[in-house]
Amino acid sequence: MPILHAIQHELGCVPREVVPPVAHALNISRAEVAGVISFYHDFRSTPPGRHVIKVCRAEACQSMGADALVAHAKQSLGIDFHETRDDGAVTLEPVFCLGNCALAPSITIDGCMHGRVTPQRFDDLVQARVKS
Amino acid sequence: MTYVVYVPRDASARSVGADEVAAAIASEAAARKLDVKIVRNGSRGLLWLEPLVEVVTPSGRIAYGPVEPTEIPALFDAGMLEGASHRLHHGPVESIPYFAKQARLTFARVGLVDPLSLDDYRAHGGLRGLRNAASMQPADIVQAVLASGLRGRGGAAFPTGIKWRTVLDTPADQKYVVCNADEGDSGTFSDRMVMEGDPFVLIEGMIIAGFAVGATRGYIYLRSEYPDAAQVLNGAIELALAAGMLGSNVMGSGRAFDLEVRIGAGSYVCGEETALLESLEGKRGVVRYRPPMPAVSGLFGKPTALNNVVTLASIPIILDKGAQHYRDFGAGRSHGTLAFQLAGNIKHGGIVELAFGVTLRELLYDYGGGSATGRPIRAVQVGGPLGAFVPEHHFDTPLDYEAFIAKGAIVGHGGIVAFDDTVDMAKMARYALEFCAIESCGKCTPCRIGSTRGVEVIDRLLAGDRPQLQLTVLRDLCETMEHASLCALGGMTPYPVRSALEHFPGDFGLGGPP
Repeated sequence: MPILHAIQHELGCVPREVVPPVAHALNISRAEVAGVISFYHDFRSTPPGRHVIKVCRAEACQSMGADALVAHAKQSLGIDFHETRDDGAVTLEPVFCLGNCALAPSITIDGCMHGRVTPQRFDDLVQARVKS
Repeated sequence: MTYVVYVPRDASARSVGADEVAAAIASEAAARKLDVKIVRNGSRGLLWLEPLVEVVTPSGRIAYGPVEPTEIPALFDAGMLEGASHRLHHGPVESIPYFAKQARLTFARVGLVDPLSLDDYRAHGGLRGLRNAASMQPADIVQAVLASGLRGRGGAAFPTGIKWRTVLDTPADQKYVVCNADEGDSGTFSDRMVMEGDPFVLIEGMIIAGFAVGATRGYIYLRSEYPDAAQVLNGAIELALAAGMLGSNVMGSGRAFDLEVRIGAGSYVCGEETALLESLEGKRGVVRYRPPMPAVSGLFGKPTALNNVVTLASIPIILDKGAQHYRDFGAGRSHGTLAFQLAGNIKHGGIVELAFGVTLRELLYDYGGGSATGRPIRAVQVGGPLGAFVPEHHFDTPLDYEAFIAKGAIVGHGGIVAFDDTVDMAKMARYALEFCAIESCGKCTPCRIGSTRGVEVIDRLLAGDRPQLQLTVLRDLCETMEHASLCALGGMTPYPVRSALEHFPGDFGLGGPP
């Protein structure tokens, strides 16, 4: 796992081509390596957009309007979950709990967490942090 | 003179602008040529007041919050650095009722100290438990933990001392201590706040665990969603190594203990202990059959003491103040304190550490101040996504493990998510099954298939397609999942589903109370 994290950190994703060398280095089968990559939500097979926005979908955030925020995010960015905007600027992902449940709903933009996110605040944050 | 100002570095505080507030204070101080030292502490857990700025004065640490960066010049004008009154002034933190009424044992230092200062840690009672443990026989440490009545705070509430005794009594050439820091449940953040606000208490607890069971190596399995915690933990481990608290000769005791943080990769089921071990070994996070229990055959097949963050962080105070001190808190067979986490649609969300026995109503209204939206609280989910939804007429049940089980609910880790009267409980029940389907590790059929079939059955029920038939199938499915799943993911997903059905049938288009 630390190897896969390091690869994703470097390349933005864990491409299929890395499976054989990783398997060889660890003396395990390619199937085992591929199995680990596919099991975990964090590992991507293609690089994300220049900015990654994650919106929490867990219960505490739902109680404070996360569903409406998700709908707003999809609509204002023009993409669904797991999609990247055509200009490559932004990727939208769901996340299940950021541990900020008392200040819900929460999102992260490029790993930086924001709490109490209303649709208006979402737009302000995106505008400030995501340059197209 | 030097003014000392505390601005939390806690991820929650940062999510509402603590970094910007700290920067604004620094630049305002520079502009006014004032000598201000900013300490980045953990959060006091009064999260609705974040960013909560504290100013050190002769009459204590005076709190201001929630502070906007733009308000800093006005706060300086008002005399914030002297503790003067202001619209955002709350007086000394310790006198804020929310805080004053708590029993802070595990969270004693969280928010009080600079998390990356060992001097601070020592000055506030740190390392005393470890020093006592270093002079004790392993069996005596285990006995103290057993006598304290401490039960696993991660949710399962298994007596920690019994687990440790099993590890101690299992001979092996290598044993491990593993900390489950995969706090994936919605509504929980106490593990995160301990790790970010008082990392040394976790390290100390893990070393004591190592002494108790004969393990020389520890791992903290931390979820990838907590990058701030990773940074603080790694910083603290480095400091602990440099100070001889970790390494080949822990504090001159002649005993070794090494510690490492491993980062997960976004899998919820890896919070289940055996899936966590698989993941730690670099494999898919698939649940193992039990027995053997991890205490007998855990990480790499070796005996492993596997405990959650708050459990391990509660160990030092037990070894410091004695088992009886800890045991005297609580109710029934639930001894000690639990850091309840008020979350979701709640006005005053945060950490409330109290002895077991407090009621939901007290937590929700006396501490929480009711819902954030001002509407009536209709249901609360206690114990995470796999915990039951508790209706208003059960709010007076005391929070102790057994009393909740008697109501078909769980206390779990004490995460409490409030929902107001706009919540659609059928949607929440469907979500529980959908979540289970997404996160199932796939090893056992009831969980892997049952969750997907469950979503389909609820969809048919809500569409009005032969509702009585769907209801029978859904109940049957819940029973199968509960009894035949390998782990709590499949085994407890029925809790939110059944409780929603039982208490809120109207939301499913069924007759009965609304």
